[in-house]
Amino acid sequence: MSKPVEVNEAKFDEMVLKTKMPVLVDFWAPWCGPCRMVAPIVDELANEYEGKVSFMKLNVDDNPKIANRFGVMSIPTLIIFKNGQPVSNLVGFRPKPELKKNIDTALAG
Amino acid sequence: MSESPKKYDVIIIGGGPAGLSAGIYTARARLSSLLIEKAAVGGQIINAGMVENYPGYTNGISGVELTQAMHRQAEKFGLETLYDEVIGIELNGKQKVVKTPQGDFITKATIIAGGAERQKLGVPGEVEFTGKGVSYCATCDGAFFRDKSVVVIGGGNAAVTEALELTKFASKVILIHRRHELRATKIMQEKLMADKRIQILWDTVVLEILGDKLVNKIKLRDVVTNKESTLEVSGVFVAVGSQPATGYLKGLLTLDAVGAIVTNDRLETSVPGIFAAGDIRSGSIRQVVGAAGDGAVAAINAGKFLSG
Repeated sequence: MSKPVEVNEAKFDEMVLKTKMPVLVDFWAPWCGPCRMVAPIVDELANEYEGKVSFMKLNVDDNPKIANRFGVMSIPTLIIFKNGQPVSNLVGFRPKPELKKNIDTALAG
Repeated sequence: MSESPKKYDVIIIGGGPAGLSAGIYTARARLSSLLIEKAAVGGQIINAGMVENYPGYTNGISGVELTQAMHRQAEKFGLETLYDEVIGIELNGKQKVVKTPQGDFITKATIIAGGAERQKLGVPGEVEFTGKGVSYCATCDGAFFRDKSVVVIGGGNAAVTEALELTKFASKVILIHRRHELRATKIMQEKLMADKRIQILWDTVVLEILGDKLVNKIKLRDVVTNKESTLEVSGVFVAVGSQPATGYLKGLLTLDAVGAIVTNDRLETSVPGIFAAGDIRSGSIRQVVGAAGDGAVAAINAGKFLSG
């Protein structure tokens, strides 16, 4: 079982931008009820892509600078980073197949 | 999928209050039950910070808490949940083949509870600025507009709910409606009118959403005078109604003029063994309690169909 890991401002560069493996960051906040409802889907994806993509969660309330840096103004937002660059930005609820398609494209590209 | 498709007594499509209620009933009736949800369990009501009219909650309950509890309750009775999108239903004799990108599932009875999807405004700038100032969920995004000026577009309960929610954060909230009266229920209208922080622009339509990297203004037209104007805003919350999510059912089931599924009072559709519940059904009252009631009716009749 692979679970998404919490990331914060201090560790963002090291854990997200400077890693070899593509990283999917789930931008969320405790007051965003709907974000809680996508969590089980992100958990499932974390399992399915174990060893290929690392999954992280970023609390936008505690880390506003990071949210700002990547223009996150709507949550849930999922951003896929590859070689330090955001390659896919998914705003709001998306069906799981669409999320998978985006992850697969990011992996292939 | 190479292995043979999994079989269920009942497959429920859609994880909002109608589907969850149906799941509680079918799973508790010891029918093997699968719920397929394409995005997030809970349906449209998870956008509501507070549900005040669901019986039993004197002080209201958030849409998320209510539907999470329904989901736990259904899973306790044995409901399985699959996160995937149903792309079609095929009939094979008495069996229904429910098709998803990850493979087929076979069932004897199906309850379609896919609800309705928020409609887009359909103006230039809307798609480009989604997540950059354009939003469809005030409880998700309201906090990003702290001390900023926002507009809500629409005149129904969803629009009023969004406007009230946004007053917690925004410095200014303007409700823009194309008519001169609201469709929202009386109690919602009273709350809206009582809130001095909300201004209403009647008889006004949005022509375009403009911005640089983020939304900074919208172009409006007064439908009475035909005068055009621009308004500086940071956030545009769209709540202009919803559409039954029946695209994949055209040609299979009888739909009404707006695309909702036609049922009888047992919630049977035009195909035996396929039932419909909640906002996706023609004539739905579009309330959580109605959806939950529908789920129970469809589930009990699906049970009778299976034993009949």
